[in-house]
Amino acid sequence: MRKFSVLDGLVVPLDRANVDTDAIIPKQFLKSIKRAGFGPNLFDEWRYLDHGEPGKSNHDRPLNPDFVLNQPRYRDASVLLARDNFGCGSSREHAPWALQDYGIQAIIAPSFADIFYNNCFKNGILPIVLDVAVVDRLFRECEANEGYALTVDLDKQTVTTPTGESIRFDVDAGRKHRLLNGLDDIGLTLLQADKIKAYEERRKQEAPWLFSGSQQ
Amino acid sequence: MSGQTLFQKLWDAHVVHVESDGTTLLYIDRHLVHEVTSPQAFEGLKLAHRTPRRADAAIAVPDHNVPTTDRSQGIADPVSRLQVETLDANCAEFGITEFRMDDIRQGIVHVIGPEEGLTLPGMTVVCGDSHTSTHGAFGALAFGIGTSEVEHVLATQCLWQKPSKTMLVKVEGQLGKGVTAKDIALAIIGEIGTAGGTGYALEFGGSAIRALSMEGRMTLCNMAIEAGARAGMVAVDQITIDYVKGRPYAPKGAAWDQAVAWWNTLHSDGDAKFDRVIELDAAQIEPQVTWGTSPEMVTTINGRVPDPADAPSEVKRHDWTRALEYMGLAAGTPIAEIAVDKVFIGSCTNSRIEDLREAASVAKGRKVSPNVKLAMVVPGSGLVKRQAETEGLDRIFVEAGFEWREPGCSMCLAMNADRLEQGERCASTSNRNFEGRQGQGGRTHLVSPAMAAAAACAGHFVDVRKE
Ligand code: SF4
Repeated sequence: MRKFSVLDGLVVPLDRANVDTDAIIPKQFLKSIKRAGFGPNLFDEWRYLDHGEPGKSNHDRPLNPDFVLNQPRYRDASVLLARDNFGCGSSREHAPWALQDYGIQAIIAPSFADIFYNNCFKNGILPIVLDVAVVDRLFRECEANEGYALTVDLDKQTVTTPTGESIRFDVDAGRKHRLLNGLDDIGLTLLQADKIKAYEERRKQEAPWLFSGSQQ
Repeated sequence: MSGQTLFQKLWDAHVVHVESDGTTLLYIDRHLVHEVTSPQAFEGLKLAHRTPRRADAAIAVPDHNVPTTDRSQGIADPVSRLQVETLDANCAEFGITEFRMDDIRQGIVHVIGPEEGLTLPGMTVVCGDSHTSTHGAFGALAFGIGTSEVEHVLATQCLWQKPSKTMLVKVEGQLGKGVTAKDIALAIIGEIGTAGGTGYALEFGGSAIRALSMEGRMTLCNMAIEAGARAGMVAVDQITIDYVKGRPYAPKGAAWDQAVAWWNTLHSDGDAKFDRVIELDAAQIEPQVTWGTSPEMVTTINGRVPDPADAPSEVKRHDWTRALEYMGLAAGTPIAEIAVDKVFIGSCTNSRIEDLREAASVAKGRKVSPNVKLAMVVPGSGLVKRQAETEGLDRIFVEAGFEWREPGCSMCLAMNADRLEQGERCASTSNRNFEGRQGQGGRTHLVSPAMAAAAACAGHFVDVRKE
């Protein structure tokens, strides 16, 4: 997994609550059996004026000029500023894959949906929860100042604004450690293989029917 | 010390290891796999030269991409076909049981788990699908995961988790005639909002829940995720045990007795403490219809489309305005005056036999309105379909003018050929009314199966209690 330490990134404000994963990456792109290449279809239905399909070239598709990602001043943004309950709906990990492929490395919102929040960490994206009043203010500052960028420091757990104001955020210690070091979850879990085995042995005695399996 | 909640009991039974910060390695008993969220997980496994730790704990089924019309020709869309074939190949390679497209047991992953007895009380159940919360109806701890976690479960049979907070949703009293579990679910979401359950495991309790069938409990737990909760659950009782008994993969003989003895303990203790409790009066719940693009944008059949000027906050006013624009609705329109173009009865929320019986009882002897272009019924599994046909429900639907289809996710998310066209309005028994969910530009109104059938016959929403 990719490491995350300090990010100095242009901010793009997406002023909508309850942005769901269907909107982040529409269902037709879920037919892919690959992990990469979803970036051009991030927010497809909002970003383009026509209908996108897997395999269709995105270069000459008509862009929706009103959608924030299409505004030149936000090109190359790597921090997404969002509203409440970002990433709700389907569990599709294609949503963080698409965000990451597009270049988003951190998302700031007052709240996230649980599964999406979790999926971000698996893909080197840092989701940051800040107080709703703070997020409100960041929206205003970002919209008022072209080129608005934030510095996100995972180790120090701070977001720093262009005026030097530093805002602290919370993150779970284990997740922070894994993200800072780019550690593979499965490898870490397999260090506990003896405990998993011991658990299985005990459970087989207590609840043998859980091991009769789906193979009949 | 106070007693334990059902969540705590299920959690404690599955702890493998706890880190100093409370992060827990939790053992997973059942892993349900479908074609959309698994290919990248299998690929990751292969790249790392790993194999599933317990192929016997997994069960796979294609459901999202499968056609609901004649299957003898296979899947027409090559991209969908490749995804299903990839699942077939991965399951064959790793020795995972799969109910393939031509198997009578094939169906929506959240329908077949319970139907086959693969979902059992007391289990931890996961699937790369957010509606895994459905299985909590059995007194199981069931939640959706992402593809990285699918790979993690295949490789280790465990997941890293932190305990959730717990919320008791208590529904007391008796539901009115024509009011169903779907209406309870939507009423709860209307009450707490789509983020109201975030960070919580929900337990549904109270006399109205106790009175629900397993199908109704599954509908309710299915929608827990739409309230923001990864897991929803209902305590085990005799209704649960009677449902499980005799299912193909349920324990038999002495193992059955041993299992039942444990299952009978799977309820929250009387003095258990929840982090939050909310209460609803079942008698007050009316048939629900969503009017917007989020399940919390819901009112009753006798309500009206709200006016954004009355929204409780600036952000909500903005959301409501946008939703009304997308839905093509004017504030103040009575719900019962909204005409529909299509009707979809199906999805993991409402495609089980009881759902089809409810819909059929409304459709019986009537005709789909001429202004409805398509009304379709998509059973949740091949076995549900067969059962419905044995009971003659298919004939009721067909005579009324509904299409009777093959099982799958179908127009719930429109990954196959079943979809809404731009601007079309649909009465749907599914679970999400997001923009574009049932097809780009499509407009979804979530309702119960009975309300969907009534809307199909009337051509617009009607109060099924007056039918
Ligand atoms: S029926 Fe709909 S919600 Fe259920 S698993 Fe299929 S796509 Fe998901």
